Amino acid sequence: MSHAAAIAIPQRQPMPGMGVYNLKLGMWVFLLSEVMFFTGLIGAYIILRFAHPGDYARPGEVLNVPLTALNTFILICSSVTMVKAFAAAELGDQRGLRLWLLATVALGAFFLSIQAIEYYKLASEGFVPMASLYNVHGPDGALLGQPLYGMTFYTLTGFHGMHVTIGVLCMSFTTYKAFRGAYTQAGHGGVEIMGLYWHFVDLVWIILFTIVYLI
Amino acid sequence: MKWGFPESVSTYGGDIDAMYAIILYVTGAMFLVVEATLIYFIIRYRRREGGKADYVHGHLRTEIIWTLVPFVLVAMLAVTSAGTWLDLKHPSRFPAAGLDLKVRAKQFEWNVTYPGADGRLGTGDDFVKRNQLHLPTGVPVRLTLSAEDVIHSFFLPEFRVKQDAVPGMETSVWFEATKPGTYVLGCAELCGLGHYKMRGTVTVHTPQEFQRWQQEQGAS
Amino acid sequence: MSTMAIPQAAAAVHLHDDRPFIRRYIFSTDHKIIGIQFLFMSLLFLLVGGLLAMMMRWQLAWPADAQHPLPGGSLLPETMVAQGIMLPEFYNSLMTMHGTILVFFAIMPLLVGVFANYLIPLQCGAPDMAFPRLNMLSFWTAVPAGVLMVAGFFVQGGHAAAGWTAYAPLSAVPEYSGVSTGQVLWTVSLIILGFSSLMGAVNYISTVINMRAPGMTWFRLPLPVWALFITSVLILLAMPVLAGALILLLFDQVLGTSFYLPQANGEPLLWQHLFWFFGHPEVYILILPAFGFVSEILANGARKPIFGYHAMVLAIVAIAFLGWIVWGHHMFQSGMNPMLGNTFMFSTMVIAVPTAIKVFNWLGTLWRGSIQFQVPMLNAIAFVAMFVIGGLSGVFLASTPVDIFYHDTYFVVAHIHYVLFGGSLFGIFAAITYWFPKMFGRMMSERLGKIHFFLTFLFFNLAFFPMHNLGNAGMMRRIYDYRQYAHLADLQPLNEFISLSAFALGVTQLLFAFNFLWSLFRGKKAEQNPWRANSLEWSAPSPPPHGNFAVTPIVYRGPYEYSSPESAEDYLPQDQPPAEQPVPAPDLVPASS
Repeated sequence: MSHAAAIAIPQRQPMPGMGVYNLKLGMWVFLLSEVMFFTGLIGAYIILRFAHPGDYARPGEVLNVPLTALNTFILICSSVTMVKAFAAAELGDQRGLRLWLLATVALGAFFLSIQAIEYYKLASEGFVPMASLYNVHGPDGALLGQPLYGMTFYTLTGFHGMHVTIGVLCMSFTTYKAFRGAYTQAGHGGVEIMGLYWHFVDLVWIILFTIVYLI
Repeated sequence: MKWGFPESVSTYGGDIDAMYAIILYVTGAMFLVVEATLIYFIIRYRRREGGKADYVHGHLRTEIIWTLVPFVLVAMLAVTSAGTWLDLKHPSRFPAAGLDLKVRAKQFEWNVTYPGADGRLGTGDDFVKRNQLHLPTGVPVRLTLSAEDVIHSFFLPEFRVKQDAVPGMETSVWFEATKPGTYVLGCAELCGLGHYKMRGTVTVHTPQEFQRWQQEQGAS
Repeated sequence: MSTMAIPQAAAAVHLHDDRPFIRRYIFSTDHKIIGIQFLFMSLLFLLVGGLLAMMMRWQLAWPADAQHPLPGGSLLPETMVAQGIMLPEFYNSLMTMHGTILVFFAIMPLLVGVFANYLIPLQCGAPDMAFPRLNMLSFWTAVPAGVLMVAGFFVQGGHAAAGWTAYAPLSAVPEYSGVSTGQVLWTVSLIILGFSSLMGAVNYISTVINMRAPGMTWFRLPLPVWALFITSVLILLAMPVLAGALILLLFDQVLGTSFYLPQANGEPLLWQHLFWFFGHPEVYILILPAFGFVSEILANGARKPIFGYHAMVLAIVAIAFLGWIVWGHHMFQSGMNPMLGNTFMFSTMVIAVPTAIKVFNWLGTLWRGSIQFQVPMLNAIAFVAMFVIGGLSGVFLASTPVDIFYHDTYFVVAHIHYVLFGGSLFGIFAAITYWFPKMFGRMMSERLGKIHFFLTFLFFNLAFFPMHNLGNAGMMRRIYDYRQYAHLADLQPLNEFISLSAFALGVTQLLFAFNFLWSLFRGKKAEQNPWRANSLEWSAPSPPPHGNFAVTPIVYRGPYEYSSPESAEDYLPQDQPPAEQPVPAPDLVPASS
């Protein structure tokens, strides 16, 4: 707080709170709302898919499952490196913290690149999200392709990708701060809440991968 | 000024009106008790010179009683309502025989498909009437509703019928008219600019009259 | 931002604030200023939403009647009002925006934006919110949302016209509603507002959990804090679902997807499920805080402990929990499986139980009290009386067979207005008049407040009670000209009566506006504790300085120790140290009961 010097805020006594510092509590609370956001989207996906099973291809027919399995593995690895970064911060190991954070950023970016390649290939094969950009009806008037499949697929994976992107950006900032020596053994809350967010995004992906690619 | 519903002209209209009456008595009694108590308390316990309020935090037994009583009341209302509801709306409980009609809603009209002389839908002699619902008394009418553009709601106030017509799906509803005459068909779900005039006429005939009308229409 | 970073300070700190004007009043991180910013914003929207209602009521009193041209209609463009007659497209926009603005930009921010901000830190004994800057951002995200929402009136094609519930496909395809840009602005505005509410909710929840003063245990929290806390949980969990649904709707509107359009196998009912899965918790977001304020004010006005404090808390929690499994009662006639309809009827009926518990406990609070009738108390009592009507009319709608007739009729309109005006708004009037002295250091005029109260109470009932009759006659909602229907044509006199009462109700509100503004500058100076109340905000000066409390208060007891034998006065502040002699535990019920 920039004006903290100008205003004397009275002394705080021990609080009957949760024993968790505010920022961490706030992140947990925020993640609860994220759970509901993805619940809504996944719920929509499940309802549409159950109502129109014929619009959905069998696993592996359209989507490249091995490539995405590799991508899932990369994201899980990035969670591991995140844990290592936090462990390094706990020990006050500055060099370890910086390296593991860098590794996490790199893996996150790698995940996004593969997702971009996947989108590109799918789109060039004619699997696009919107009906209007897409020749929905063939000459005989029959419905071509899978507009419903496409739009639910891109919406779900796209919103996850957006969360990873935001995560990579914030993580880059955290890494930058780590290189500036902002985190000490006593104070590294920023690394911890970044990790909470990252693990959440990872967990959501595992659920999405199962629902969208495997089932 | 009229207070109740319009006169009921369907066989099950009376069941709905009876349910309405039961709820009216139960909630009406609750209303009187609560408001009378409130008024009594604010007069009886208004501030007086030198008076002091009682230092009371609660009373467990009272709390339990006034939790259980409303629970029993609303559970009773729910149980009474549930059976009537299924009889009216569950397709498995629809009357086995009767007149089948198709209603296709679009902005801003109701298109009713009638079977021709053969009495069956989906044959060549079917005919369509716009904004006109004709039906006989004494015969269950089963309607299959669908919509072309947006959601409409098929509303026959005098018959106590309301059912949304949803694009992309079929919904169904049935009723049986008891009294010949002309009645109102309205749209209850906001469906766009012309929502307010998406109305039709219901003409209830005697069975003989209806047959004659059906044959006239089929012939033309 | 850990709390231990703040250095030890002397016992009596002089709270000195030398921030420049902009940091102090515009981009302030002080929860009290943010609460007051929300107050001005939402009162403005209350006025706008009310004016829209007045115009609708003019049309309903004299539908498309050249003998009664809309006053000021000539000032509006031909696309809205032609030759003094309102066009149906404009009527649909008015009806949509009346609902949207009052629900999302007036009632919700008045209850939560204003009072969660203002009261939570003060009643918890905290110097500010857990995240003051996030709090500032929350307000400054709500402002552009509001601007976008109003901007829709000025774009080509008119404003959103699919109702506040925006049922797809009507809301998703411009050709169906005749509105394109307006409907998109509506959607975008609500998505942005969702972010604002979310930031607020994260803050309120974290603050209540982590920032309570020493001794402020969960069951010593004043009921407004409990109600606002539970409301925040509902916002936190419901708003993201609405945001998701709105994003899919936006995609349908602008990207050409068809989540809600059957043409490519989308599902129109999916929108209703998602909307009401958010929408029913939203209904409780719009009333639970008022429950809290009214409980506080009734105990204060009756000078008596709240009856059944724990039951009151549990009832709020129960309502919030049950609120998640009743959304289907909005969809009984939608074509949803009728078996499911009955399940939703049972859960909906059950929710009447915790609601009844609250009403009975309010009566119990008045019982053997020593009731004073100041303006906040009058409004709180009216809240109880009116909310009972709104609650009981809900039972008719919960019953699946009766709902066949009532669904989408004016009975629903009557029900929602008894809850949101008779309930929420009376609660808001009570809360504003009660906390005004703390917010601005001045009292509102008692005389004007009483005139405003009695007239509002009278005209509210004259305007809204007859709507039950319109519903009984089968008059549909959202209908531009009911005279098109033979069975509704003779309802014109009743509609005219309702409209005249509504106009009187609208004019009466100018008294409140005048009282509010006049008292802001000319009101009697307020003492620190004008209502002789117990909760912590009354231990701070009026208005409290930046940082709220000179010394962190220590809490010794619950907030409703009125007329306690422990004190010579009829109140006992939460932070007043106990007398030397041990006294009996306050939870014991005296022998008289």
